[in-house]
Amino acid sequence: MTPPVVRPDDPLLADEAARWASAYVHVPFCARRCPYCDFAVVVDGEPGADAGTDAYVEAVVAEIAMERPWGPLHAIAFGGGTPSRLSAVALGRIVGALRRRFGVVDGVEVAIEVNPEDWTDRFAAELLDAGFDRVSFGVQSFDAHTLAWLGRVHDPHQAEAAVVSARHAGFRSVGIDLIYGTPGEDLDRWVTTVRRALALDLDHLSAYALTVERGTALSRSILAGAPAPDPDQQADAYEAIGELAVAAGLVRYEVSNWARPGHHSRYNLATWGGAEFVAFGAGAHDHRDGVRARNVRRLDVYLDRVASGVRPRAGSERLDRAAADVERLVLGLRRVAGVRRDDLVERLVVDPAGRRLVAAGVLRVGPDRLVVERPLVTDEVSRAVLALVDRDPSVSGDDC
Amino acid sequence: MVEPVELHGLPFPMTAPSRIRNFSIIAHIDHGKSTLADRLLERTGAISERDMRAQVLDEMDLERERGITIKANAVRLDYVASDGETYQLNLIDTPGHVDFSYEVSRSLEACEGALLLVDASQGVEAQTLANAYLAIEGGLEIIPVVNKIDLPAAEPDRVAAELAGILGGSADEVLRVSAKTGEGIDELLEAIVDRLPAPEGDQAAPLRALVFDSFYDTYRGVVSHVRIFDGAIGQGDGLRFMATGLDTSADEIGIRRPRTEPVETLGTGEVGYLVTGVKEIDLIRVGDTVTHRDRPAAEALPGYREPKPMVFSGLFPTDGDDFERLRDALEKLRLNDSALIYQPETSRALGFGFRVGFLGLLHMEIVRERLEREYDLDLVATAPSVAYRVNLTDGETFMIRSPQDMPEPGKIASIEEPYVKAMIIAPATYIGTIMELAQSRRGEMGEMTYLSPERVELHYELPLSEIVFDFFDQLKSRTRGYASLDYEPADYRPSDLVRVDILLNGVPVDAFSSIVHRSEAYRYGKAMVERLRELIPRQLFDVPVQAAIGSRIIARETIKAKRKDVIAKCYGGDVTRKRKLLERQKEGKKRMKMVGQVEVPQEAFISALKLDQ
Repeated sequence: MTPPVVRPDDPLLADEAARWASAYVHVPFCARRCPYCDFAVVVDGEPGADAGTDAYVEAVVAEIAMERPWGPLHAIAFGGGTPSRLSAVALGRIVGALRRRFGVVDGVEVAIEVNPEDWTDRFAAELLDAGFDRVSFGVQSFDAHTLAWLGRVHDPHQAEAAVVSARHAGFRSVGIDLIYGTPGEDLDRWVTTVRRALALDLDHLSAYALTVERGTALSRSILAGAPAPDPDQQADAYEAIGELAVAAGLVRYEVSNWARPGHHSRYNLATWGGAEFVAFGAGAHDHRDGVRARNVRRLDVYLDRVASGVRPRAGSERLDRAAADVERLVLGLRRVAGVRRDDLVERLVVDPAGRRLVAAGVLRVGPDRLVVERPLVTDEVSRAVLALVDRDPSVSGDDC
Repeated sequence: MVEPVELHGLPFPMTAPSRIRNFSIIAHIDHGKSTLADRLLERTGAISERDMRAQVLDEMDLERERGITIKANAVRLDYVASDGETYQLNLIDTPGHVDFSYEVSRSLEACEGALLLVDASQGVEAQTLANAYLAIEGGLEIIPVVNKIDLPAAEPDRVAAELAGILGGSADEVLRVSAKTGEGIDELLEAIVDRLPAPEGDQAAPLRALVFDSFYDTYRGVVSHVRIFDGAIGQGDGLRFMATGLDTSADEIGIRRPRTEPVETLGTGEVGYLVTGVKEIDLIRVGDTVTHRDRPAAEALPGYREPKPMVFSGLFPTDGDDFERLRDALEKLRLNDSALIYQPETSRALGFGFRVGFLGLLHMEIVRERLEREYDLDLVATAPSVAYRVNLTDGETFMIRSPQDMPEPGKIASIEEPYVKAMIIAPATYIGTIMELAQSRRGEMGEMTYLSPERVELHYELPLSEIVFDFFDQLKSRTRGYASLDYEPADYRPSDLVRVDILLNGVPVDAFSSIVHRSEAYRYGKAMVERLRELIPRQLFDVPVQAAIGSRIIARETIKAKRKDVIAKCYGGDVTRKRKLLERQKEGKKRMKMVGQVEVPQEAFISALKLDQ
């Protein structure tokens, strides 16, 4: 008899994940910068890029050695950038360094984000050898026009082939990321993308609204008059994928994430639960001992610092009680499981702003949990939480 | 006869009244009054050509920018006439716009004569005429002057004939000058001496001086401009303001040339300024009579007719913290603008402010700009309204100056609204256009007189609210700026008026209520709900925006519920950044007002009101 498979939106799972230790590795390399992306990436030809990936891997391994002992890890996640720009051997070296430094629990999750064009059967096999059990493809769309608009280099068939290959190779969980609400993409085209995605029998699905970040090429072109994403179009797209994903047996467990039972992302569930994690690489952010710290974004500076034996910090923030309270609710309420009713929640639900949110059907107060029923307007809740904490005279800030 | 020299023990520095001339210049905006004043100053040596700054008398920035004169101002000129005598000419500046006729009458009260200045290419304008009539009624001697005769488009003969026709004299008596080139200025100065009467007054009688203007100086307190009718003021004299009973003393007296110049004495017929050190602005009122404490006059000079505000608007600081500063600024403005009345008003949408009464639209605009510039306030004004008379079914009658004060429709027997008598002067070719406009604004036509074959004077009776709304703008644009308008209050007439309320999610937004003629109610309501639908951000639920008369909805729009307001991607790595983004958004929310469960940024209300103007 097999044990019952846990649903990704299970409140007990959400609470447990808040205690998991995990590690994140940032791989900043990209073939080119996507017009909407404001992450810490280094495209070919930029400072540090010519130093090569080998030097970077050595630096990350060295940085791991600088971190205070901790663990054991429940999850290891590689993000970017494009982690698949590193060889499986190089990735394996980093995984090994993490295992040695912190230890891992049985059944540890080792996950990687991959661009479909980097995928080969051989790469799949090497990743499995290196200990990876979870892969998420940056598909973004199965619509050729939308892919071109997003500046992606793969085509829809490549993406489908990569997913099928990963499945056959034997990864425990295979998922994809999609982007919706690209200006000009009508609902029919989006639904076609979603149907093609779900036809792949995915374990995990993330769908993010196209967001205009400051300083990106997208932001500049919109300022120059190009059409901006339309929130109503995005709401339509979100509602469509929600219905289709559930019909395909996926369960939503966060604003933008769906999983088949048993296939939730442990690393993400941990961070949404406010769990602490270590992070390595240029531009990586970590959260340990009540401090959120971030590394320098520039690759050449990162390499120099690590080479001289210095932790490559760009800054840090000690979370005071107010900030910790805010994060606990703001992150926690993004989960379908919501948050446990504690003192702050009790205050929120009697606050005029909280009462309005309950009246508008955004918040639901359950017997022991508070949950968001209208995930598309979650930020309204977040701002109400911030305002509440702001007014609390017993909380004082001590930013460092 | 008691010599002033014995009264004060001072030498006799005053000019004999026979060698004093006090006069004003009456002119339409742009007809060259300030330039003429500059030229008179220069020709009499009051100011050297090198120091000449165009429009020396117009001190306020606003006056310079708009080319209009708002506040009365007085300057003394010494002129050696052709008879060899030196005359003291006091030029008392007057505003040119219709809204300021009360200031004009104050200035005229201090004069024996006036120059009626008309642009040779434009001809007589309605407001000039109205002010000229004020001067004639006040017994002033008028010297008609045609200005800008140097312009290619000048028609001095035609305009001189027009002036002669209006004043009932001969065209030969009309002087022709160019204030710009200086042509005819000498003749004008001679005419001022020859044709204007010298002030009369009893030098030996107890002091009677008229306060015809005041302003507030941060260091010196209230500074008043006075005209001595009887007796004399010496520096240090113990004084009494007869209306307020204020006892004080003359800390400093002086004249302006136009630079201030303290003097020992101001004698009968003279004009100058008076500083008492009094800082309580309520105690020194324009129109009051100053006399000596120890030898008071038996009777005050006839005071001014209190100007009556005709247009009312709510003024609110956009930053609620500025309420006290606004109160302070209004107090100071009121000192030399007795037409300005105000009382505190509270709005759900706009917070704390004042309901302020103005003489007209320009006055409203000027006051607002002065408050914003001179007192560094950022203000929002509600749509201007007039004072309505409401007759209740129980026989009671009262006046309302704000739509908020309007009783339930069921309690109202009738409402009356103020009408004005309007005079429009325009080229005859625009008669049709003007009649059409006036009719569409509920105007009733009276007389029509041809001033000349090309120019016509039309008389109308119109609801003041129509003028307050957009009549003047429309008149100007439909006649390409050629028509001029003047109006004076007529009477109250019953009218089919209703209050249109604007409801947000079923709750009235006070700042947008308006009293309008029933025929205009739908148009107003529809325009307002459409505007608010665009300006108010989407909420978590559909929000109806309605216009209503009582409980009857006449227009409706819906602000559709907001559907998406969520950060799409939030993972461990960028929590801090996302939290700060939300933090900034939350700061914006602090400035929100709650109206009927709807969060409205203050700016939305402000924009909606600003669009109205």
